[in-house]
Amino acid sequence: MIAHGTVHKYGDNVDTDVIIPARYLNTANHAELAAHCMEDIDREFTSKVKKGDILVGGANFGCGSSREHAPIAIKEAGISVVIAKTFARIFYRNAINIGLAILECPEASANIRGGDEVEVDFDTGVITNLTKNETYSAQPFPPFIQEIIARGGLLSSISETRKQEASK
Amino acid sequence: MAMTMTQKILASHAGLDSVVPGQLIKVRLDMVLGNDITSPVAINEFEKFGFDGVFDKSKIALVMDHFVPNKDIKAAQQTRQCRCFAAKHCIRNYFDVGDMGIEHALLPEKGLVAPGDVVIGADSHTCTYGALGAFSTGVGSTDMAAGMATGEAWFKVPTAIKFNLTGKLKSCCSGKDVILHIIGKIGVDGALYKSMEFTGEGMHTLTMDDRLCMANMAIEAGAKNGIFEVDDVTMAYYSERMTHPCTVYSADPDAEYDEVIDVDLSAIEPTVACPHLPENTEPASGLNGVKLDQCVIGSCTNGRISDMETAAKIFEGRHVAPGVRCIVIPATQSVYLECIKRGYIETFIKAGCAVSTPTCGPCLGGYMGILAEGETAIATTNRNFVGRMGHVSSKIYLASPATAAVSAVKGYICDPREL
Repeated sequence: MIAHGTVHKYGDNVDTDVIIPARYLNTANHAELAAHCMEDIDREFTSKVKKGDILVGGANFGCGSSREHAPIAIKEAGISVVIAKTFARIFYRNAINIGLAILECPEASANIRGGDEVEVDFDTGVITNLTKNETYSAQPFPPFIQEIIARGGLLSSISETRKQEASK
Repeated sequence: MAMTMTQKILASHAGLDSVVPGQLIKVRLDMVLGNDITSPVAINEFEKFGFDGVFDKSKIALVMDHFVPNKDIKAAQQTRQCRCFAAKHCIRNYFDVGDMGIEHALLPEKGLVAPGDVVIGADSHTCTYGALGAFSTGVGSTDMAAGMATGEAWFKVPTAIKFNLTGKLKSCCSGKDVILHIIGKIGVDGALYKSMEFTGEGMHTLTMDDRLCMANMAIEAGAKNGIFEVDDVTMAYYSERMTHPCTVYSADPDAEYDEVIDVDLSAIEPTVACPHLPENTEPASGLNGVKLDQCVIGSCTNGRISDMETAAKIFEGRHVAPGVRCIVIPATQSVYLECIKRGYIETFIKAGCAVSTPTCGPCLGGYMGILAEGETAIATTNRNFVGRMGHVSSKIYLASPATAAVSAVKGYICDPREL
């Protein structure tokens, strides 16, 4: 699978409160959440983001609250993949669990600029910066996590396993 | 191989003799927690995938605390969804208005977490229960749904940083000053993916409320969990409230740590975290002149009875400074009741504070104390991110109940000894 889009770049410690402020957590509706995505860090985000665009952050992306509304809002806003130097651990789990693609890559995080056109090959983990003509290599997921992703997220993976066991 | 305390708890719950850092394991859960914001997302997923029942109706806790008493119609709908789910699945530990409290103050108080337990909660401050010697960590709603259905969760075995505590705190300091000091030292990602294990002779001088406050903020250093060695203080607290048996685990003497950090408790000063990260710490004495519009005393970090006691002693016979709005929120119904019995509520009201029924409300900018453009607050809460308590241009300074209460009286941020 390949993602291709324009980059929206932010700094270190992008927290879940700026990704989706708590004042909007009185709903679990995906579209409503996406309408306020990144609102407290970038008021224009929802008007400029296009389907397939790529979000790039620095260290500790997604720190703070455990709210799954944060990766849901990003995914629903149309972002195809989030690249960061490091991710906060709950955000990392949540993204995998809901099927938002994420990649840890310090080199890409340091060199990609906002507005760059970037392509990501999920099979190889290679990130290509078409604007700067550079490539970076991301850490691949461990096989255990690759399996969760391949089976469409944590819950579909569990429900598939249960069905297999029941039919034995 | 020698193991840390966290690794031992994880190994036993995975049915393994030992584990090594980085190993991916599936562990048995003793408690799965959710609140009125994260549970609806979990319930939607649980129902979408057609799970017919929960793994154990006594090992799930649903606590309505973030936006209750319901702040608006949408919040009311979410709470109702949780209430219906709890009724349908006979969830024994469902806490609604009238008997709820802020989840991380409530569960230990009700004896629902024991030393040696493994707990996941769809709330990042679930790490609080490490104070009891449990492995406890925050997850998202999908992990919560999976936990409710299967009674299991997957984890990568973490490495650990050992905090060797020595000495004894000054009387003007509490657990909040210690954890803010530590986060200031290691940074908001200083313990990313790791355990923070608290031990050393100084640890035994800390009260249970100090420990709960410190473990609560382990997430603010990026940690997977914060955990305290189990001692007499833990066992006295647990024995008074126990609902199920416990197992005490301790780290092997030769366990390996990424780092050992010595913390001399006697050298810690009243500490404040300045906007907009918990790592931006300064001694309270160095911030004189920061004028306040609001003070919030409460939350899962500092809404327990000892926090109320500290604040009440300061407000006794004094008044909140003109122009400052002070909101006091006891974290649970029983803390609230104890405040009434001890006369603290009268003290707070006479001092010009507003006192609220338990709620997370202002801590996350939900309701009950939202900041306007450019306003400044001191709060005993746990996060001072941009817009956390209201307008994006508002500012939050995190502090202990002592520092917050004295600052509310003075009208500006100051060292509690200034009173």
